Amino acid sequence: MDKFDTLTGIAAPMPMVNIDTDMIIPKQFLKTIKRSGLGVNLFDEMRYDREGNEIADFVLNQPQYREAEILVAGDNFGCGSSREHAPWAIKDFGIRCVIAPSYADIFYNNCFKNGILPIVLPQDQVDALMKDAEKGSNARMTIDLEAQTVTSSDGDVFSFEVDSFKKHCLMNGLDDIGLTMEKAASIDSFEKQASQARPWV
Amino acid sequence: MSSPKTLYDKIWDAHVAHEAEDGTCLLYIDRHLVHEVTSPQAFEGLRMTNRKVRAPEKTIAVPDHNVPTTLDRANAATMTEDSRVQVAALDQNAKEFGIHYYPVSDVRQGIVHIVGPEQGWTLPGMTVVCGDSHTATHGAFGALAHGIGTSEVEHVLATQTLIQKKSKNMKVEITGKLRPGVTAKDITMSVIGATGTAGGTGYVIEYCGEAIRDLSMEGRMTVCNMAIEGGARAGLIAPDQKTFDYCMGRPHAPKGAQWEAALTYWKTLFTDEGAHFDKVVTLKGEDIAPSVTWGTSPEDVLPITANVPAPSDFEGGKVDAVARSLDYMGLKPGTPLSEIEIDTVFIGSCTNGRIEDLRAAAAILKGHKVKDGMRAMVVPGSGLVRAQAEEEGLADIFKEAGFEWRLAGCSMCLAMNPDQLAEGERCASTSNRNFEGRQGYKGRTHLVSPGMAAAAAITGKLTDVREMM
Repeated sequence: MDKFDTLTGIAAPMPMVNIDTDMIIPKQFLKTIKRSGLGVNLFDEMRYDREGNEIADFVLNQPQYREAEILVAGDNFGCGSSREHAPWAIKDFGIRCVIAPSYADIFYNNCFKNGILPIVLPQDQVDALMKDAEKGSNARMTIDLEAQTVTSSDGDVFSFEVDSFKKHCLMNGLDDIGLTMEKAASIDSFEKQASQARPWV
Repeated sequence: MSSPKTLYDKIWDAHVAHEAEDGTCLLYIDRHLVHEVTSPQAFEGLRMTNRKVRAPEKTIAVPDHNVPTTLDRANAATMTEDSRVQVAALDQNAKEFGIHYYPVSDVRQGIVHIVGPEQGWTLPGMTVVCGDSHTATHGAFGALAHGIGTSEVEHVLATQTLIQKKSKNMKVEITGKLRPGVTAKDITMSVIGATGTAGGTGYVIEYCGEAIRDLSMEGRMTVCNMAIEGGARAGLIAPDQKTFDYCMGRPHAPKGAQWEAALTYWKTLFTDEGAHFDKVVTLKGEDIAPSVTWGTSPEDVLPITANVPAPSDFEGGKVDAVARSLDYMGLKPGTPLSEIEIDTVFIGSCTNGRIEDLRAAAAILKGHKVKDGMRAMVVPGSGLVRAQAEEEGLADIFKEAGFEWRLAGCSMCLAMNPDQLAEGERCASTSNRNFEGRQGYKGRTHLVSPGMAAAAAITGKLTDVREMM
């Protein structure tokens, strides 16, 4: 997995609540058996018309946001389906960090498995960063995961919380499965004990 | 004596295989359900790292999302090439890794969340995961069940555990009795209406109260199914005699002495008196009405007797969201919901594709016809539900009324197979999500109960099922 430590980049504003995973990547793109190549279809039905032409006023089609690496969004981002195609599409587009007041649980977890940092900040701070993002490509934000801060283009600093284990894995690009397999002895002994306590499972 | 525990606390504690100092746990997984859309990359990951499936005997796969539900689906030409590749990948992965498998040709095939309970794979007190958000369905058995992403699917395949931190406890109590015409679907939608789609974020919900106790297992599955639409990691209902009766005799349920041992354990699975909940929501059963969604989020729900709201009825980010929803849905504020004309009726899905749902719809449809010009389809949740409905004469009622009688699958709930709404088409659907584009590009979805869907098929508009009873 790609490491995440610091990131300075353009932030695209998406001031909508309840941006769901069907919006992020519609179902017709779930038929792939690969993880890559979904970026071109990120927000497909908002980004393109039926003929596949770009819809000019959609944020990621605007010249100043085409290279965005950060997304600032409304409450409950990533709600709906568990499809990991949503973070795959976000990552493949080039976005490495999302900032929102809250996320749906499964999407939030999926981000960390893919080198994406989902930052939770209170609504008023997200509102301030949304305004900053609306300034366009000259207004770059900086994310520092080690320090757990977002710095706006004006130098305002916002601190965020993140689970220490998730932070550790993201900063070091660690493979979860490899880490868990190091605890195989615990799993073995649990399995033994559980198969005696609940043999029907 | 130890402090009182919730049902969630008990199941959680019984499955912690390892706990780190910061509270990060390895939660042991008893059942891993797999379907064709969210698993190919996980199996590919195993192959690339030379890893095996740790517990193939606890892993069950069935294709459901992509499969056509038309009667000619045995003909491979009914599938698009990419769907065929995905289903073929699941066939191959099931064989290669030695996991239980119900192929499309098997009568037991169906939606993974209907097949699991039907075959007795889902039992009280278990941990159940699947790369699908509606895994919450299995919580109806007092099992801790939730959706996971594909990386986690790979993690469970390789280690039979998940890296988890414990959620908070939330209690949703539905007191008293439901009124006639009000169903489990109306309960679960009304709860989301009251708490919002993020109301359950960070929590595991335990549903309780007389109205929940009174529900059948099918109804309880409907309630828990949509816990995810309220943002919760999982929904749970404590097992009782109805649960045990449902499980007994199922192919993979324990038998004989093991059944007795299991039963003794299952009877300990309830929330202790005085256990702590971090959040409590109470609704009166008698206040719940037959409900329908008007917008593009499951929280956009009202009784069928209400009118379409206006953006100005809301606050914050929801004002713009509602304006966008109404534009997408082609609705004007103030319009009575019962005057909204529809084009299509879809009965099915892991929310409402079980036998009781088909019975409820057929009871309304009997002796009536689908309104001229409308499209109506029933997609049973599994091949066995379909067979039972045929045996009970329900299939004949649907067919005589003018419904298409389909084979099992997810179908128009998420429209990954050819069953899709056309642009601007409006559907009364017993499924679980009314998101933009969910049932087809620019399609418009109104979520309802099976009885409400049947009533809408007869009148051609959203209809109060109580007028048809």
